[in-house]
Amino acid sequence: MDKIWEALYQAARLIFGFDPDLVEITLLSLQVTVTATLIASAIGLPLGAWLVVNRFRYRRIVIAIINALMGLPPVVVGLFVYIMLSRSGPFGVLGLLFTPTAMIIAQVIIITPIIVSISHQAIRELWADYHDLLISLNATRLQRVMTLIKDGRRALLTAALAGFGRAIGEVGAIMIVGGNIDHVTRVLTTAIALETGKGEFGLALALGFVLIGMAILVNLAVHGLSRTERGSRW
Amino acid sequence: MTPKAFLIATSLALTATFAAAENIKLSVTTSFANSGLAEVLLPEIAKDIDLNVQLLIVGTGQALELGANGDVDAVLVHSRKAEEKWLAEGNGTHRREIMYNDFVIIGPSVDPAGIKTSATAADALKAIEATKSKFVSRGDDSGTHKMELALWQNAGVTAEGDWYASVGQGMGAALNTAAGMNAYILADRASWLNFANKADLAIAFEGDPVLFNQYAYMPVNPEKHAHVKADAAAKLEAWLTSPRAKELIENYQIGGQQLFVFNASTK
Repeated sequence: MDKIWEALYQAARLIFGFDPDLVEITLLSLQVTVTATLIASAIGLPLGAWLVVNRFRYRRIVIAIINALMGLPPVVVGLFVYIMLSRSGPFGVLGLLFTPTAMIIAQVIIITPIIVSISHQAIRELWADYHDLLISLNATRLQRVMTLIKDGRRALLTAALAGFGRAIGEVGAIMIVGGNIDHVTRVLTTAIALETGKGEFGLALALGFVLIGMAILVNLAVHGLSRTERGSRW
Repeated sequence: MTPKAFLIATSLALTATFAAAENIKLSVTTSFANSGLAEVLLPEIAKDIDLNVQLLIVGTGQALELGANGDVDAVLVHSRKAEEKWLAEGNGTHRREIMYNDFVIIGPSVDPAGIKTSATAADALKAIEATKSKFVSRGDDSGTHKMELALWQNAGVTAEGDWYASVGQGMGAALNTAAGMNAYILADRASWLNFANKADLAIAFEGDPVLFNQYAYMPVNPEKHAHVKADAAAKLEAWLTSPRAKELIENYQIGGQQLFVFNASTK
């Protein structure tokens, strides 16, 4: 238990001392995961809504596959992206391996199924209420999707934040495609894995606390900006 | 500003640019990185030859694989047989020995197998097997793992059973496991001395010449992968084999113990 208190103290010291390395890896963590979440949301939210308003033959199987993909092991995603981006792979000439871009690609693959799945569930309930209205107004497919996204934005925000949460704590994939290179692709989670490997449990835990703290701040900031969870509003 | 625009602006602002010095990617073994020597050498390399060495810290197997795929410019590993096979496959230009350290057998301080007084590493392993004392193996195809397998073979012992745990992890993680199980484990001296979570473990056996651990530097073959930075790799090799490197490597100590012995032949 002493280790936990020590780690909390060390975390506080790192944060308030504005340790330059800590600031760098924290900002990189944010940059990679925020970008991945924005991209995955841009793909996932409309796709979730689209799956609700469209009835097509393989709809069930598509939904089942997307739900199953939520369980993709990050290491497998990492290996897949590595093979694609390796100099010996199909996209090797782009030279993207061991860059933050490669890490963003891996995280987008990991969290898009989560965002699709959660937004699909949320919008399906909304669709039950809106169905007759939108049909009677003779709204186009696109208008239906846009209306559902707009009115379901609170639930969709949750979907995006769930994606952010999975991505910010992810280590298996970005370790492989980012390489944990100091000052280039080292982020909070890969630094935690590195320090654990060195047996520096205190520092590793301290970095973990920084990670949680940052995730809380991001969630609060998003709620603040979108004015949710405030007083009587919902 | 809308929330989304704010986030995009922030993420753009966060995109850092890095110094103009030339970059070279070097895949190294976890044992090299965990020893702490990299943190001494890298800043000096940047200062002396304006080369920014980006380390990919992985097991020997993965380090060689990254080189074979052309994803790094050079490798620094310690597993002679695997290195020679890698070179024979045309993945690199040549092999240059840089330095060595040695392996030690770490174990519970009470030494249940009584290997402190063993004459050779083979005897020590036989004693561990005979007493069925717990043993943690890296099991990750790394240089250390290959050394361990060679030692078992050398001792004529099949390492199998409940007492033998193959964890498939890096040096640090395997040491953490051994500390938790209070088990024997083979480790390189540098990683052991630098390891912070020693728990009840201590060096149980050391000093047999078969535990010699040679590190070698191999540039990736530019004929196989035209994009590799062969010039930068040659510059780094020249520095690593220079008197300057010798001085830094041999002066690197932890707890008053010298970790590495420089043995590069100067061309």
